[in-house]
Amino acid sequence: MTHKSALFVKDKDVVVPGEHLAQGMDYLPGLGTYRKGEVILAERLGLINLEGRAIRVIALSGKYMPKLNDVMIGKVVDVTLNGWRIETNSAYTAMLSIKDATSEFISRGSDLTKIFALGDYVVAKIVNVTSQKLIDLTTKAPGLKKLTGGRIIKVNPNKVPRIIGKQGSMISMIKDTTGCKITVGQNGLIWLDGEPKSEVLAIKTIRKIEDEAHLSGLTDKIKLYLEEQKKDL
Amino acid sequence: MGYSQRFDGRKFDEIRPIEAKAGVIKNADGSAFFRIGKTTAYAAVYGPRDLYPKFMQDPSKGILRCNYSMMPFSGQGDRVRPGQNRRAREISMVTEKALLPVVDLVDFPNAVVDVFIELPQTDAGSRCAGICAASIALADAGIPMRDLVAAVSVGKVHDKVLVDLDYNEEAYEDGPVADVPIAIIPSTEEISLLQMDGEISKEELLEAIALGKKVINQIIEVQRKALKDKYIVKD
Repeated sequence: MTHKSALFVKDKDVVVPGEHLAQGMDYLPGLGTYRKGEVILAERLGLINLEGRAIRVIALSGKYMPKLNDVMIGKVVDVTLNGWRIETNSAYTAMLSIKDATSEFISRGSDLTKIFALGDYVVAKIVNVTSQKLIDLTTKAPGLKKLTGGRIIKVNPNKVPRIIGKQGSMISMIKDTTGCKITVGQNGLIWLDGEPKSEVLAIKTIRKIEDEAHLSGLTDKIKLYLEEQKKDL
Repeated sequence: MGYSQRFDGRKFDEIRPIEAKAGVIKNADGSAFFRIGKTTAYAAVYGPRDLYPKFMQDPSKGILRCNYSMMPFSGQGDRVRPGQNRRAREISMVTEKALLPVVDLVDFPNAVVDVFIELPQTDAGSRCAGICAASIALADAGIPMRDLVAAVSVGKVHDKVLVDLDYNEEAYEDGPVADVPIAIIPSTEEISLLQMDGEISKEELLEAIALGKKVINQIIEVQRKALKDKYIVKD
């Protein structure tokens, strides 16, 4: 018996778990979908992404999933014998060991809070994630450092790619217009530093991107918005 | 004489008007509001997050933890004592078991997903409303799920098999009453919750479940729409 294959959704449609996406073996279940017999169903709330025969669902919500080589912003929540425990805004905390924290010499038994104290925010890169979600970080690469001054905001981590934009187009537009220094962590934490008024504008813009991330033509919309708002600076 | 006309004038296979909304609690990772007739449920989902006490952690997958609670003023006039009691613990447990077949937490070892269900107003069918709200809230929180779960109560009043009993029907005194809350996973038609209170014959029970499977589609549509409405352009 041969069934005719059929697609029930369009690119960029919003789908909910359990929704039928396609019928037949001509389509392949990608991330966020699963196959049950002949049908492909959605496994997450998200947007459809069609690429050839593969159907994917790009999540619209959900917590950050730690991934190798991600640069994230974390908060120091504990100081241990051999390093620091860092809150990652995911379901798990990460470990930053002395070895991966700094290339300076640290003598045995010295006070680690002199390097990173409790409550400090750091930009760090994930160097290892195990199956049990034990996360190792490093701060020994260009751009990775302790954050001083400025402010931290939290956004939906699924919207981070839109906030950064293609090759960083969106975030450099915000940086250029507002003159703020901005660091975006893949885990949804964003650090901003600049004049108070421009900081507020940058945050307002980021919130707008977050709200409208699933819509097309976003870059032009944000460009217009920024130009309009710039006059008040 | 029998039960020829329902107290609120509904048909025997007609559910009360339903309404649902996703994302009503901003602080939560996912949330939902669900109302069927006068029974109103709010669900908030937090997590996946760290689980303590540590002995509860499962290194092979994340766990789901549900908490059902009726608000003090939610009943039929008398104050409902808030917090844990025998009934609330049972309903928390069956809610968890009704939702567990669809949620996929293998990506979250040692973590927990907390679901809090609060009922500001109840008029029977509260565990079903809670399950419906919780399943919307879990999807809203971005938890991987194979499907949504919809629940409704079916049963028998006097001589009639019907769906979605309200409080007056549950308290019917002139004949036997059976209240059977069921939860169904629509894509497989599996039943993930089946409880019974009262008296019903085997044939009538099967008839009631078949009736429930028929009306469950109306509920699932409302749940899907609630989730999609959150992302509709509002210009």
